[in-house]
Amino acid sequence: MIIPCPFCGPRDLSEFAYCGDADNLAARPDPAASDQSSWNAFVYDRTNPAGDHAEIWQHAGGCRRHLRIVRNTVTHAISDVTMPGAKA
Amino acid sequence: MTSHRCAEGGTAIDRTDTVGFTVDGRQYFGLAGDTLASALLANGVRVMGRSFKYHRPRGLMAFGVDEPNALFTVTTDGVREPNVRATEIEIFDGLAVESQNRWPSLDNDLMAINQLGGKALAAGFYYKTFMGPVIGPLKGTRFWMMCEHVIRRAAGLGRPGTAPDKSRYERINAFCDVLVIGGGLAGLKQAHEAAETGRHVIVCELEPRWGGAADGKKESEIRQIVESLESRPNVTLLTRTTVWGWYDGNMLAATERVSDHLKTAPEGAPRQRHWVIRAEHVALATGALERPIVFPGNDRPGVMLADAGRRYTETFGVLPGQHLAVFANNDSAYATAAALRHAGANVRAIVDVRPEIGAAAQRLADRAGGALKLGHAVVGTSGAKGLKSISVARYNHETRSFSGGAEEIETDCLLVSGGWSPVVHLASQAGANPVWDDALQAFLPPKPDAHWSVHGAAAGDLDFDHDLSPAPAPVFEIGHPGKAFVDFQHDVTADDVRLAHREGFRSVEHLKRYTTLGMATDQGKTSNVPGLAIMADALGKPIPDVGTTRFRPPYTAASLGSIAAERYGDLFPHRLTPMHDWHGDHGARMYAAGHWERPESYNRPGETVEQAYVREAKTVRSGAGLVDVSTLGKIDIQGPDAADFLNRVYTNGFAKLPVNKARYGLMLREDGFAMDDGTTWRLAENRFLITTTTANAGKVMSHLELCLDVHWPDMRVHVTSVTDQWAGAAIAGPKSRDVLAACVTGTDVGNDALPFMGIVHGAVSGVPVMICRLSFSGELAYEVYCGAHHGTHVWEALMAAGEPFAIAPYGLEALGTLRIEKGHVTAAEIDGRTTARDLHLDWMLSSKKPFVGSAMMNREGLTDQSRWTLVGVVSRSGEKLHGGSHVVAGDRDGPGPGLGHLTAMAFSPEINAYVGLALVEDGGNRIGQHLYATDPVRSGTHIPIEIVSQHMVDPKGERMHG
Amino acid sequence: MAEYSALSIVKNALTGNRDWKPAWRKPEPKPAYDVIIIGGGGHGLSTAYYLASEFGIRNVAVLEKGWVGSGNIGRNTTIVRSNYLLPGNTPFYEHSMKLWENLSHELNYNVMFSQRGIINLFHTPAQEDDHARRGNAMILQGVDARFVRPPELKRRVPALNLSGSSRFPVLGGLEQPRAGTARHDAVAWGYARGADRRGVDIIENCEVTGFVREGDQVTGVETSRGRIHARKVAAAVAGSTSRVMALAGINRLPIESHVLQAFVTESVKPCLDTVVTYGGGHLYISQSDKGSLVFGGDIDGYNSYAQRGNLPIVEDVMSEVLELFPAFAKLRLLRSWGGIMDMSMDGSPIIAKGPLPGLYLNAGWCYGGFKATPASGWCFAHTIARDEPHEFNAPFTLDRFHRGYVIDEKGQGATPWKH
Repeated sequence: MIIPCPFCGPRDLSEFAYCGDADNLAARPDPAASDQSSWNAFVYDRTNPAGDHAEIWQHAGGCRRHLRIVRNTVTHAISDVTMPGAKA
Repeated sequence: MTSHRCAEGGTAIDRTDTVGFTVDGRQYFGLAGDTLASALLANGVRVMGRSFKYHRPRGLMAFGVDEPNALFTVTTDGVREPNVRATEIEIFDGLAVESQNRWPSLDNDLMAINQLGGKALAAGFYYKTFMGPVIGPLKGTRFWMMCEHVIRRAAGLGRPGTAPDKSRYERINAFCDVLVIGGGLAGLKQAHEAAETGRHVIVCELEPRWGGAADGKKESEIRQIVESLESRPNVTLLTRTTVWGWYDGNMLAATERVSDHLKTAPEGAPRQRHWVIRAEHVALATGALERPIVFPGNDRPGVMLADAGRRYTETFGVLPGQHLAVFANNDSAYATAAALRHAGANVRAIVDVRPEIGAAAQRLADRAGGALKLGHAVVGTSGAKGLKSISVARYNHETRSFSGGAEEIETDCLLVSGGWSPVVHLASQAGANPVWDDALQAFLPPKPDAHWSVHGAAAGDLDFDHDLSPAPAPVFEIGHPGKAFVDFQHDVTADDVRLAHREGFRSVEHLKRYTTLGMATDQGKTSNVPGLAIMADALGKPIPDVGTTRFRPPYTAASLGSIAAERYGDLFPHRLTPMHDWHGDHGARMYAAGHWERPESYNRPGETVEQAYVREAKTVRSGAGLVDVSTLGKIDIQGPDAADFLNRVYTNGFAKLPVNKARYGLMLREDGFAMDDGTTWRLAENRFLITTTTANAGKVMSHLELCLDVHWPDMRVHVTSVTDQWAGAAIAGPKSRDVLAACVTGTDVGNDALPFMGIVHGAVSGVPVMICRLSFSGELAYEVYCGAHHGTHVWEALMAAGEPFAIAPYGLEALGTLRIEKGHVTAAEIDGRTTARDLHLDWMLSSKKPFVGSAMMNREGLTDQSRWTLVGVVSRSGEKLHGGSHVVAGDRDGPGPGLGHLTAMAFSPEINAYVGLALVEDGGNRIGQHLYATDPVRSGTHIPIEIVSQHMVDPKGERMHG
Repeated sequence: MAEYSALSIVKNALTGNRDWKPAWRKPEPKPAYDVIIIGGGGHGLSTAYYLASEFGIRNVAVLEKGWVGSGNIGRNTTIVRSNYLLPGNTPFYEHSMKLWENLSHELNYNVMFSQRGIINLFHTPAQEDDHARRGNAMILQGVDARFVRPPELKRRVPALNLSGSSRFPVLGGLEQPRAGTARHDAVAWGYARGADRRGVDIIENCEVTGFVREGDQVTGVETSRGRIHARKVAAAVAGSTSRVMALAGINRLPIESHVLQAFVTESVKPCLDTVVTYGGGHLYISQSDKGSLVFGGDIDGYNSYAQRGNLPIVEDVMSEVLELFPAFAKLRLLRSWGGIMDMSMDGSPIIAKGPLPGLYLNAGWCYGGFKATPASGWCFAHTIARDEPHEFNAPFTLDRFHRGYVIDEKGQGATPWKH
């Protein structure tokens, strides 16, 4: 698998560290305002789709930035790479 | 033995260069350029292997990677390489090979007695027996394991050795616009076309020579293209290079056999080279493999694939036999028959299942001579160790009926062609499902996308010369009584396939798994399609409805050494601290801590490790000791929001930490369990240095980066790992201040200038240092950090300054002793399963702010009274405690359930007893209890202990504050 | 159906093997069953078998979307062991071990369970303590465990690099002598045949496409072969758990699907007589009866439903093989493949009632489903039949994650790709 890092260019899978479901990570509850069940769901529950999956990868062996990548979990094809903060 | 070498011909051989080699110690001669297969064939050797199950004698069947039978063990410098195909071994002077899976010899194998088992040893018989008695001494798995012992010795092919392989394997990363796989004519043309547009092209050919299966007449055309490609800087040409894996993103793996074919490798050359190729576009020109026909006696030595016969003749000038017969369901073998006749063989008969053939085939048949038996089939063969004759009967392939009697034809070589299968393996690996083509009776690659293309025979473009038709008759098996083999190496017969059908193993994967069809070293290259066809026939379905298995890497077996190239042995990473050499020079025993090497203890002559660490710990408690703490993770955190950031990731508060002060900190994971601890130094308003445990340095760094990038991208904070930039030495003991006072310049180190958790900047022996007064040992102690390159210089200066105070270096063992006595935790206690409360660190959980883990740390499972919590333990008997011991309530005869376990132990010179830390169920309420530490698996000890507070020495911390 | 035995083999051989019957029937689905089990893998089949043999529930259908045993039962590295650390795991896996020890007899099918032992190597004093801790936990819970030192290792594993020159020299190993390997496909086939002989309908090529519900109550399934009703529906579809549960409207679970690759070399004569694991990384290796070295390492580490992995892990695993066995450098990798693991949030499985009334879930097997096959089916059958867990699977609830009662052998927390 080759991941197109917006900072470093296309790089091997072996340079990246997987960090999990991007949509889930983006939905981290507000620590002050949230109830326990939304925290429980955030920490433990995943949609785990077969198909397009937004996920966070860190270019650990490169620029060390975290990337939001849309990757198909059936074909492994990558269709989108953005910065995780950009959406907010 | 008669020589089968023709008087002339042979594009690969050098007739002036005779090469000597041995098989099972017997001397043979071949010619330079020969493969072991061609050389043995030239020497008249017919039996070249024994099959897996029945140990039937087997001869050469194929020309290349599809060879199932002729496997040998090659020994080089005492290292054995089993199961090498004779078709791929290029001979050189002194080559020594051994035949396999036979006893006592290849020609006379007593294991062939297995054949007497006959039908009782049919597919899957072993699932139905060997279970043994239900009661008695052989119950359970015992009887099976007795049988298995014998079976294992009979199974397997070549024998591996135990001598380490000293060969070097090399790894290379390559990038190209176009990767052409296959150096036959189609591949070369494709490469040429791409190269002319200026693109960077890599061409891989698995054979030693260019041209693939193209016949001799194309020789000059091929040479021309290769010469043109060789002259271009944008083309890389690789022979003896097998592309075996196609991974995501057009990343391909290939093995180049650099020096296997050489008597002596050129200096510096590896044995093999592992290519990892990223290609913009992959052009598959992998050709097609000829299929055998399944008929009784089809495994007798002398029965060979037709095109293999042609190639041995053209490439090596070796005739596969003197009196040939051909058995075919298609036109391609007719050209072979004519070519071999031209090379001097006598063609006795051409047997074809088709009742009629085209004019082109007819012309070639006339040229070949011999009887043309159309509408006939081979129904049997004879000959003890090699083919002597075949039985041929009239056969209607549409009704599958025989008529008339069988006719015997004397022949020493039967060339068989059952049609052609394009090599679709790599495309299938990449996820493309092959498509059945009725005309070719074969699976073809599907329609490619922009990332790949397919050319030549691999695309089903079987461009036979002489206007021959590429379409075979749909005949895969001649259903006549007798053992007819589908998978030669694994002895899977057509009857086995039908048995699998009868017993319900009908999906293609069940067929494969139940019969082992296609699981041999040739990976079913010749057996897949015939096996499928027989199953489809039994099911009454068309072949594509039975499906084909997905091909998986590797296309041909690749050595483990090549795939692991440059990644094992002494190439595994080591991490050394700046003071590493000093430790070694001063008697330190080194200890592997992850990738780090750390001093365990500095043993003086005659000292045991325990004597050394007890002495070192005493030195710290009574005078001064110096320990290398450079391995601690160090992260520089800067930015206007740095303090706020630390407030969010640590359980305790940092916003109010003054500049030049440090604080102990604890981090939780999001799930509320403890993650890591360390100290945080505020170096400036917006700059902090944090330390982590050695073990968790990487994990903490990634965690902080994730928080900043993903959760709080608006925070103005930058984190940088500086673990390798700072050397660190901790100086501890009542005299440590005196030592510093003696060598630190530019700052006062007295109690007022440098109070507990204070930070000062100064110099030691001219090198700038940063000193923080903090303590892991519980003594008055300081951590002295300097730039990594000055680590040894500062360390030596500290040692010199400490000499009047009898300073001694101490290692991990003494460090452990000191921290155990104090009840300080490390990764042994913060093991990913413990909470802050379990470790009595709940005082660090701020209630004034949220932090990572705060929302999850109060769930019922994390606050349950029965959780294991940190306690101290003291051996009551004076016996040495053992790490990993469990805490139990009962004596040796009835220990009862485990109540917890020891996380660390040491001899404490302060308490004068063996002590330890333990995580114990409801530990807080067990202080004072007398229990046992039991270690049945290792030391066998069962030691009476007392549970005590984890603060075993100086519980009020007066020493470190002093 | 005839018993399998040496005698039956000889008798059938005399009639040209023409009288063997299918190992299990190929029935058409009935309109309704007492219990429907989704998933004809090892766990689904063993559940059906024990429902029929232990709990008297025979009106059972196993629905398999492809062919029997096409999931992870047919693509693992065949290791059977019960050498666990944590109290929640040990009794369950030890129960499994006891079922394994008599499984060939129980099923009248040779699953070739060979108790050749497993040796977990350790390379540093800290690792030695960790292994002692695990061995002691095993012994205290009635499981066999012993330490093996280099002289014995040299004798028993002659190809092992004990020279001390390796990066992480071997200090010793923790052995579970009763552990070993079994023929993975035979386990699926043996359970299928055993369940079939007790009346269970095993229906291949029958994909579940939806759930039939009355309110929350699950009352059946929609399939590619029509609607089938059942009093209880149980899913044992590790690897596809999220996909199947989504059909029931359960869209979030403490599970991620990850690809795990496995590897075999060409067949060679016996050279490794026990299962060995490497403590300097993650590798488990044994030699099959056929002679292939069979081994695996870490999952690739990203969500995947493709039974196909990537090259970096292949290279990692090979380097670990050679770190332990430099003599194997010239052996050749013959085949590799990928399986889809249900990676749970704590590395431990789920065998529980729910998450809807009438629905039962067996999932989250991570790397460890094969060895659990007998006990998983046994406990799941108990849970389905009695509507409550057996004490062996009582800790494996679905709500343990939210409540904080995780069973985390590796101490990695809710990062499933690190378990």
